[in-house]
Amino acid sequence: MARLDLADALSRTGSYPHAVLAYVGPDGYPVNVAVEFSESIDALTVDVGGLGQDLRPLDGQEVELTFSHIRPQPGVGYDERRYVNLWGPATPTADGLRVAVRRASGWDEADTPFFEYAERGVPAGRDYLDELGARPRLGRGWTVFLATRLPFLTATLIPVGLGGVVAARDNAFHAVWFVLAMVAAVAVHLGLNMANDLFDDANGADAANVTPTPFSGGSRVLQYGLVTRRTMVTGCVALYALSIGIGLFLAAERGWGLVGIGALGVALSLAYSAPPLRLVHRGLGEPVTALGFGPVMAVGTYFACAERWSWQPVLASLPVAILIAMVLYVNQVPDRVGDAAAGKRTLIVRFTPAQVQAGYAVSVAGAFVCIVAEVVAGVTPAWTLLGLATLPLAWRVWNGLRAHYDDPYALMPTMQSNILLHLATGLLMVIGYVIAVVA
Amino acid sequence: MSEPTPLLPPSVIELLDVALVGELTVIDGTGRPVTYPLIPLSDGNVIYLTSSVLFSRKLRHIKANPKVCLSLTDPVAVAVTPFHRATIQGDARVVEDDVHEGWETLLPLWRAKEPAIDFFLKKRFGIPLFFERSVIEITPRRVLWWEDGRASSPARVYELAGVG
Repeated sequence: MARLDLADALSRTGSYPHAVLAYVGPDGYPVNVAVEFSESIDALTVDVGGLGQDLRPLDGQEVELTFSHIRPQPGVGYDERRYVNLWGPATPTADGLRVAVRRASGWDEADTPFFEYAERGVPAGRDYLDELGARPRLGRGWTVFLATRLPFLTATLIPVGLGGVVAARDNAFHAVWFVLAMVAAVAVHLGLNMANDLFDDANGADAANVTPTPFSGGSRVLQYGLVTRRTMVTGCVALYALSIGIGLFLAAERGWGLVGIGALGVALSLAYSAPPLRLVHRGLGEPVTALGFGPVMAVGTYFACAERWSWQPVLASLPVAILIAMVLYVNQVPDRVGDAAAGKRTLIVRFTPAQVQAGYAVSVAGAFVCIVAEVVAGVTPAWTLLGLATLPLAWRVWNGLRAHYDDPYALMPTMQSNILLHLATGLLMVIGYVIAVVA
Repeated sequence: MSEPTPLLPPSVIELLDVALVGELTVIDGTGRPVTYPLIPLSDGNVIYLTSSVLFSRKLRHIKANPKVCLSLTDPVAVAVTPFHRATIQGDARVVEDDVHEGWETLLPLWRAKEPAIDFFLKKRFGIPLFFERSVIEITPRRVLWWEDGRASSPARVYELAGVG
């Protein structure tokens, strides 16, 4: 329950048909009983009636009035949860009692959605568990799933896939090297997800965020106490070591040029959130993400397969590079209050809502123009125009972003559609390449 | 009027069985009453409520002072015809030997009132601390019963000395 302004609290009571009067009886047990009431917002008082003589508190005794509402939903449970608590001394009147309201609190899920309400209780919940000597638990699989943010791997699968099919178009695809490049890319992606959580925990950005969603606000495994920092650091280092190890093996086998592209990828992933650069704090998260999850992964995979450089994977990955940057961009919308509080000045923090929405429209339009322009220029096969099939999805995201900009939970389907936009567009481009190679 | 009885009266059990919300009043560290709307569950003798550790203040209050009171007052949340009201005073105990799974023994009673709990339980990974829960076990001592639901009329009082 949150503290309420007295006049605000009293104005809310008018929507309740009855109140529950509570006080401590002479035997030390609390007494609570349904009563009729009428409130005075100007006088900050509540007159209580409908109360038997034997149930009246002492003159001047501190009492509480509670107003509670739910709406039953048969077969589900209930919704529309809200309540108000008022406290103050009670004095007898001819018809009952008058309570001079001195303190108020309450909760209305229409104002503070349940998930935000619960999130605000996390620090107290952690303290309570510590006192009990207990720790929250999840199954190992779920913990790994959350800590690594496994579902976001689509960001890696698409550019690596594009690097592979571009190599195939150049008759240079090698399954073994492709798979090794994929594993290295997956490992560095999962490692950077964990690194990002560690740094956002250290700088307070995740703790300041009380409206996390499955798509934003980090994995929360540190905030919830599901994983210790030590375990996160160990997992993060292990994943980076795996990626670097595979990268060095690939470089030794396929060409030392891979060291440069691999080093650039690792450097970008760390510079994204690690001090001193913390590029995401400087509004550079989107270009870093576009570069890392676009050309760097596509070129690295291409090189691992073809043993040479080419501009083809760079150009082929540009549309998905823009779209993955837009995934980060939209997912930062619900985080903007917590990010701003922690000094993480992302583009979303810097821009007005209108600028954010315009930025999204221009960027996504740029991605689609890129698909067409590259075909017209003869850079990519005509079949990659299949990627344009996701235009309606982009339109849906654009509308959702405008409609639900200020509601993190209502924005969730939009964030999901935006991730699907990147995945589907990239997959259709990969399929376009495959058709071009086979045909 | 006062009459000793070893069990919760059937009419009160009927209210508890259908109540989606009851008002639990506890006493805080300053001696002031604090009331929380919660789902009451019962096996006929003991009343159970559960509380997530996220909302643990009430648990601390009960540990410091186990005297509590639960009322069933809302005709919308307690859908019985004709409508009655009841207030149950008792002694509460916080059971939290296993906050991770211990409360799940109450799931059948909870599910009967809020079937959606199964949906949320499947999404436990999304709100894990919400499902770290303590059980509040109330041994009733006294019931105030209003047949017509009006507290302006004298309550029928049941003393439940034999319970527990």
